[in-house]
Amino acid sequence: MAYPYQLGFQDATSPVMEELLHFHDHTLMIVFLISTLVLYLISLMLSTKLTHTNTMDAQEIETIWTVLPAIILIMIALPSLRILYMMDEMNNPLLTVKTMGHQWYWSYEYTDYEELNFDSYMIPTTELKPGELRLLEVDNRLILPMETPIRMLISSEDVLHSWAVPSLGLKTDAIPGRLNQTTLMSLRPGLFYGQCSEICGSNHSFMPIVLEMVPLKSFESWSSSML
Amino acid sequence: MLNVENQKPPKGKWTTPPFDPRFPNQNQTRNCYQNFLDYHRCMKAMNRRGKSTQPCEYYFRVYRSLCPISWVQRWNQQIQDGTFAGKI
Repeated sequence: MAYPYQLGFQDATSPVMEELLHFHDHTLMIVFLISTLVLYLISLMLSTKLTHTNTMDAQEIETIWTVLPAIILIMIALPSLRILYMMDEMNNPLLTVKTMGHQWYWSYEYTDYEELNFDSYMIPTTELKPGELRLLEVDNRLILPMETPIRMLISSEDVLHSWAVPSLGLKTDAIPGRLNQTTLMSLRPGLFYGQCSEICGSNHSFMPIVLEMVPLKSFESWSSSML
Repeated sequence: MLNVENQKPPKGKWTTPPFDPRFPNQNQTRNCYQNFLDYHRCMKAMNRRGKSTQPCEYYFRVYRSLCPISWVQRWNQQIQDGTFAGKI
């Protein structure tokens, strides 16, 4: 999860997030290379005493500075598209879970077998126990099995919301009247925090998401205890 | 006409709805709605012919897994009131 004064991303918990982290590093490397080159050229031009005002064209350098940026852009676009389509993929989900955004809480529905649904409200700061995270804890966590592809269906009952869990690389808009699908998969157990990511009214900041990924056995005993 | 009250989860082995090539995109709204329609059409057709409605269970399970509870409640109410917009 996030920590104070964090600069980078959260640790990846899903294969998609691993891909996104690699893509980020790859793109940032290109950004640094270009910035360094530009800074070097600026400093060179500012410090030189030579001036050069009578050149009308220079075919070679113009060809290079047209083709090279095109190649660099392709090197960014192709991996980006690869991940984009990978995130759209749905491979044999073993469970379907729905989440509905409300003003201002999330509700979760497990209706594959029985009808299990509950609301998930933020715990107010005054009611926090020692060690709990302010504005991040909820009363009912979304408990799911780890190492299992899960189909998340996201929608809203009122206004736009967005269901996001950064360490899993998930962010899907919750739109009233529309069902959005995304694949959720965690490679390890743990608590994963997220927040509503679409301005949805006065308590937008107070509808966090807490995911508790557990082994399948624990999930089974939890879900049967909830019914 | 249709018995929308008596919708109990059918017994037996069942996995979550598999990938449906008609709905390969992020938007699954139609997947839910189409299966809801198919269930009611299937029930109507089977009841008219006096056949077992057992094959309709598949649609039931798919739409129940995919559709938000509030949508199903709203549509069932509309069917009861005779204001449902779909052609069943």
